Amino acid sequence: MTVTVGVVVFPGTNCEQDVAEAVGRLGAAARILWHGDATIAGVDAVVVPGGFAHGDYLRPGAIARFSPVMGAVQTFAAAGGPVVGICNGFQVLTEAGLLPGALKKNDGLKFVCAPTRLRVETSASVLTGRVDAGTVLSVPINHFEGNFTCDDETLAELRGDDRIVLRYLDNPNGSVDDIAGICSAGRNVVGLMPHPERASHPLLGSTDGAVLLAGLLAAADERRTGVRTSRQGASF
Amino acid sequence: MVVRTPVAGPPSRYVGVRDTGPVRFDVMVEVRLRAGVADPQGATIERSLPTLGVEGVRGVTVGKAIRFTVEAGDEGEARSIVGDLVDRFLTNPVIEDATVALAVTA
Repeated sequence: MTVTVGVVVFPGTNCEQDVAEAVGRLGAAARILWHGDATIAGVDAVVVPGGFAHGDYLRPGAIARFSPVMGAVQTFAAAGGPVVGICNGFQVLTEAGLLPGALKKNDGLKFVCAPTRLRVETSASVLTGRVDAGTVLSVPINHFEGNFTCDDETLAELRGDDRIVLRYLDNPNGSVDDIAGICSAGRNVVGLMPHPERASHPLLGSTDGAVLLAGLLAAADERRTGVRTSRQGASF
Repeated sequence: MVVRTPVAGPPSRYVGVRDTGPVRFDVMVEVRLRAGVADPQGATIERSLPTLGVEGVRGVTVGKAIRFTVEAGDEGEARSIVGDLVDRFLTNPVIEDATVALAVTA
């Protein structure tokens, strides 16, 4: 039985088809989850993809966090379900309180659309279970408000608990501590600004994102079947 | 809100007093970045001013003004409604705070 990945769509989301395509190529089934439905329809993993939910009005993700589907996503995450927020999805997850911190405007006040080099900081997350810490990946970013920030106490907590999942090698937006992605205390909710689905095929210039998505599918499969296949035995 | 007007009707403890019902308030919420949070928009504007021939301007910050009206029994209740809205929705408390100006709609 294949893993089913739910991909949430808000008005203004635009990366759901790319995510569905990418996880499809990795052998999973993708299911689009409309934001207005208060259910995740029994999927094994949830991705909140990139785009401009509600036009980024008020703040990116500020309105999306109150959509009916988010209650179901919260319940799923609280039960240990794997949830990944990509770009706008990361913004939605911080606004929803599923991840700490906030994403501010890029320091240079430019929208940056470019490949970036990321270093995997930990294998202990639902996204990085199939890749060793220290691995450098080329994954593109595409954002104006991807500058991760949090207070000193939160930063100390993230560092102390090994919850910084990805760092930029050449910080493109001013993120504190070069943070590109983090995870929740339970390690089953991950948010990242780079787009792994845009680095999942040779035609896209990099396939480095595939190993991250594969990690998510493995984590979802493990949780579903109880059979561990990922590299690190993090408990979710 | 309570208005004292002559009223024909059954005698009550508060003769001459009538509740006019909910009051409408004009609200202006000014959302700002918290102190200590870098404001690149403000900094960019400040840096551009000498080019326009303006000197001596410092401390430029850019925020948002969100205006609306709200109905409530009294000012205290209105402030409570608005305060909740500000905390839960209109600001991201990680990086923003807000001031609230509130007055009975003229």
